[in-house]
Amino acid sequence: MSAHAGGYSADPRIRWIESLPWIVAIAAFFALPEYLSLGARILIYILYALSLDLIVGYAGIITLGHSAYFGLGAYVAGILAAKAGVGDPMVQLAAAAAAGALLGIGTGAIILRTKALTLLMLTLAITSVLLEIANKATALTGGADGLSGVVVAPIFGLFRFDIFGKTAYLYCLLALLLGWWLVRKMIYSPFGTSLTGVRENSLRMHAIGAPVYWRLVLVYTLSATIAGVAGGLITQTNQFVGLNVFSFESAGELLVMLILGGVGRIYGAFVGPVVYLIAQDLLAKQFPEYWYFGIGTMLVLVVMFARGGILGILDSILVKLRRRP
Amino acid sequence: MEAFFASLVSVAFHGAALGMILYVISVGLSVTMGLMGFANLAHGVFAMAGGYVLTTTISRFGVPFPLALALAFVSVAAASVVLERLLYSRLYTASDLEQVLFTIGLIFIAVAVARFIYGTLQQPVVLPDYLKGQFALLGRDFPAYRVFIIAFSAVMVGLLWFGVERTRWGAMVRATVDNRAMAQSVGIDTKRLFTLTFALGSGLAGLGGGLGAEIIAIQPTYPFENLVYFLVVVAVGGLGSLRGPFVAALLIGIADTACKYWLPQYGAFPIYVATIAILLWRPAGLFGRRA
Repeated sequence: MSAHAGGYSADPRIRWIESLPWIVAIAAFFALPEYLSLGARILIYILYALSLDLIVGYAGIITLGHSAYFGLGAYVAGILAAKAGVGDPMVQLAAAAAAGALLGIGTGAIILRTKALTLLMLTLAITSVLLEIANKATALTGGADGLSGVVVAPIFGLFRFDIFGKTAYLYCLLALLLGWWLVRKMIYSPFGTSLTGVRENSLRMHAIGAPVYWRLVLVYTLSATIAGVAGGLITQTNQFVGLNVFSFESAGELLVMLILGGVGRIYGAFVGPVVYLIAQDLLAKQFPEYWYFGIGTMLVLVVMFARGGILGILDSILVKLRRRP
Repeated sequence: MEAFFASLVSVAFHGAALGMILYVISVGLSVTMGLMGFANLAHGVFAMAGGYVLTTTISRFGVPFPLALALAFVSVAAASVVLERLLYSRLYTASDLEQVLFTIGLIFIAVAVARFIYGTLQQPVVLPDYLKGQFALLGRDFPAYRVFIIAFSAVMVGLLWFGVERTRWGAMVRATVDNRAMAQSVGIDTKRLFTLTFALGSGLAGLGGGLGAEIIAIQPTYPFENLVYFLVVVAVGGLGSLRGPFVAALLIGIADTACKYWLPQYGAFPIYVATIAILLWRPAGLFGRRA
């Protein structure tokens, strides 16, 4: 893992370079008004990837089922909006977060007692169960046709979701800012350090008396909550939910985004989705075969040669430059 | 009552055929994971490749069915040796996360290649005349091809068990699964053993994919869609054992068929719930040796 992973010993103050993503995001809002819906999607996936980074990168929990919490958040927000007639976006989002948190603590408390393949298998099985429920409970979820007719009222009764996606973009940006602040705060806290400790050597963490299991359950629940919020946001901006939110491909894609950016370094979760989703927007529709071939090859190459992802490569270039007189 | 009994027999029969296929495909995965500790999520790729080899050689080149089956085994095993030497072997000491990501990458590549060559349509299986029609047994009719699947897989399973339990190679494999460092220090060439075992496991997956092409449809998303099933077999059965995945595969094959027959409204839901329950009860699987 990288030296930049943060932790208790690192200086917790916000460095100037950390304002860069936000400056870019606001500049994009003014400079690229026709791409705001893609922009909102990217922001949501950054939040989603950030939640995954928390458990994969920091706590070292390998999961293939993170889409369970994202998908649940998406369906809860969607069902509230389309079936229960609750239009208030804040209420929808709170419900998505609560659903993510409840499922996170419920499943986390059970599956985190296991390790390695069993854990991996359980995360997959839980997502598959949710996919089956969403597929079969057509009265609530619309089944394979998806859930349409999602109505989102103006935020605080003031800001309507316009067709250009301006409100949605800023709304997602704010949600991301809040999520980032929370995750960053947590990673630089003693709690964050103890997570890294569990990842590096869980036996020793047990030996020094750290409540390893409860730490993992806590971080898993927090991560699930954030993923639930991201799911709620994707429903509100798309005004549609489909079964694909639970699919294995989508969980795989999220992992790809995170790995591409760099695991266990917060900003990897920012870089990955930007690169991935823009490339997807440009290439995937024209050349779907080449697209999958490309991401597969990229994953293999990253694992073989560039384990820190894009940010890891940048890091090593910076180190080489600094060494020169 | 007679109708119920008939459906019971039918479910058990079709379930056993599915279970046998699942076992032939997944046993290699169990051995790879137990022997090398490698989380090979791309195992389904080998099964899919076997399926494509079988369907293509029969429908395009008119190769007879038994030869096509042998080709599926040999070609997939050969290809897997190349992959193992070039790529897999570099990651034996890597973390679980890296192995998982690498093998997901392989799945993406395989899906793309399959889609590029064959398109998204399911590949039809052309069976020889002697495997079509019905086979009468104890006054009932069974589809001949499924009878063949069960019988053929049973022979393969018998050979495999004999190989692992009774031959020198098998003793070396068992020794290495139990304690790799000790096996190395008594002079077992574990590197060669890994390559051979990997090839055998992948070849069996290819064989299973070809044999089961009629039951588990051969299409580009095969490695994604069936991954859960293969992993369930291995996780529920227990890593590194031969007996565990066999019981697990039969259980899953029969349970899956029974659910589709009697409870179609629940889909695969009961299977997943049962898997979760079993893994919580016994995290190392039904016959797993490692806690």
